[in-house]
Amino acid sequence: MTDNPPTNLYLPDMATIQEVVQETSNIKTFRVTLNNPDRMRDFSFEPGQVGQLSVFGVGESTFVINSSPTRMDYLQFSVMRVGELTERLHKLRAGDQIGVRAPLGNCFPYEEMKGKDIVFVGGGIGMAPLRTLLVYMLDNRADYGNISLLYGARSPADMAFSYELPEWLGREDMVTELTVDNGTPDWKHKVGLIPNVLKEMAPSADNAFAVTCGPPIMIKFTIEALHSLGFKDEQIITTLEKRMKCGVGICGRCNIGTHYVCKDGPVFTNAQLRELPNEL
Amino acid sequence: MLAARYITTDKLVPWLLSLSESRLVLAPIRKGGQTVFQPLEADSELDLDGLATSSPKAALLPRCETLLEFHYSKGEEAPSRTSVEVRETLHDQPTFLFGARPCDVRGFTVFDRVYDAGSKRDIYYCTRRDNTLVASLACTDPAETCFCHRVGGGPGDSTGADLLFTFIGDGYVVEAVTDRGNDFLLSQTLHDAGDRVETALKTREAVKAAMPEGEPLLGAPEQVNKLFDDQPFWEDVSAKCLSCGACSYLCPTCYCFNMTDEMHGNDGVRVRTWDNCMSFQFTLEGSGHNPRAAKAQRMRNRIGHKFNYYPALHDGNLACVGCGRCISHCPVSMDVREIVSKAQTRAMAEEEQIND
Repeated sequence: MTDNPPTNLYLPDMATIQEVVQETSNIKTFRVTLNNPDRMRDFSFEPGQVGQLSVFGVGESTFVINSSPTRMDYLQFSVMRVGELTERLHKLRAGDQIGVRAPLGNCFPYEEMKGKDIVFVGGGIGMAPLRTLLVYMLDNRADYGNISLLYGARSPADMAFSYELPEWLGREDMVTELTVDNGTPDWKHKVGLIPNVLKEMAPSADNAFAVTCGPPIMIKFTIEALHSLGFKDEQIITTLEKRMKCGVGICGRCNIGTHYVCKDGPVFTNAQLRELPNEL
Repeated sequence: MLAARYITTDKLVPWLLSLSESRLVLAPIRKGGQTVFQPLEADSELDLDGLATSSPKAALLPRCETLLEFHYSKGEEAPSRTSVEVRETLHDQPTFLFGARPCDVRGFTVFDRVYDAGSKRDIYYCTRRDNTLVASLACTDPAETCFCHRVGGGPGDSTGADLLFTFIGDGYVVEAVTDRGNDFLLSQTLHDAGDRVETALKTREAVKAAMPEGEPLLGAPEQVNKLFDDQPFWEDVSAKCLSCGACSYLCPTCYCFNMTDEMHGNDGVRVRTWDNCMSFQFTLEGSGHNPRAAKAQRMRNRIGHKFNYYPALHDGNLACVGCGRCISHCPVSMDVREIVSKAQTRAMAEEEQIND
């Protein structure tokens, strides 16, 4: 035991919802600030880190901080409505109070990625963790090579961050492709599964990193597509999602062998995943 | 120099009761056919004959503990707006834990490496640990299910304790293990132990020597790891398991927990409760995906955690202390010793096949 009393790992910061953005029929984005101005001013995180959001009386759940450390006006979390806690979160409005325990976990290797070409492949709500890194890189554009984004969803109405897509599509310093499984008459972009569109885009694996996140089945075939394009496991980065409680590697819920996704993840390269026991 | 004292059997309970005036004294007490660690009272039936039914881990990690309290109140100007106040609830009652067995106390050191790890210190656990003086009682009559000596411990092991009691016929030799145990003894009016310390040492050695031979299970980590993808092996060893969780709840080293909120009107609490990795719900994700949906996978993780993952992260120390409760209280007589021994035999056989 040391003389310094530990801080309370489980005590969330109180935070106020500043804005709620309806992204799709079942995804909302929450922009929050910590109530303690000193804590908000001193708050720092790295792209890819996560936080535990509390609705007191319902519980906590883990979400990626999908704002960028380069824009600290608020912390942003996008939440798909899938269960009790997310249902309750979706009922909250600007001005409501929630708890935030953040930052937790590791981050994207954004330093190591400097000078490389970056390929983002996001599916559905899996665009959220990608967004934090993408915005970070766009805000530090000179540090990175070619940037391309492939973002897919079931239908045009299921695309989150739709208000940002025109900017990304219009930028000359990045390539953006959107695809949906099911198009509509006014859909001007691709129709087709993400791995197939990725093969059509055929980004070069030379001096590049690919970052992918989405449903497990999408990730599986995206990684196969990346392999066929010459990407090695060390060049493929993804984030894992697990059921978590403590968020700091104690409660024992999110282990994969000796690794705890809450503290050793959520970001892993495919090479690291191959080293882990096959228990995803 | 650390102190040693002596107390006669008839003075033990009065002495413990005198301690309970200034602190919570937890001791193994017979109640309803079970022996469990409870606050000692004047009419308590102290049971020091063998291993308590449940381990004393609840002294440091309660079965159910409030972490936070919160209160919602309506806004004065806009009643539809509620505000919430949250406060932590720390528990710092001075506690004297008496009669824990060496295996159980060694279990606390398994917790220490997780709950008191560098910058990530669990304030609830650490506060309790700091406020709890642990007095362990050396075993003099190990059960058939005991195997502490095969996992790095022993019937007279003092690891994790502040005081070690050894029964020597008409009383107990009490040896200080830590400075705070030492201070505690010096402040009490106990007899001088004299040459009884030597008797206590010989008693402990004799008990250890009398324990049945058995292959050490310390070499298991690597061997368990080799069998990770051997699904038939895990299906075989988990076939009769009921996933009831008795093993986890009784285990002195199982520390996994759940956190849930409860509301009563405008007031609520966030509680931490023991959890059980043999439960289907343990890893069930919001999406419906479950990384360990099958019982065999959950058993693999349970054995893996104790004999492979934990040792890999904590200098080879196993997350099993050999108390044997998971064997003696299993409703279908699962035996962790058999599972690990089978794993060792199987892995070695496979290795020999490869070498041939």
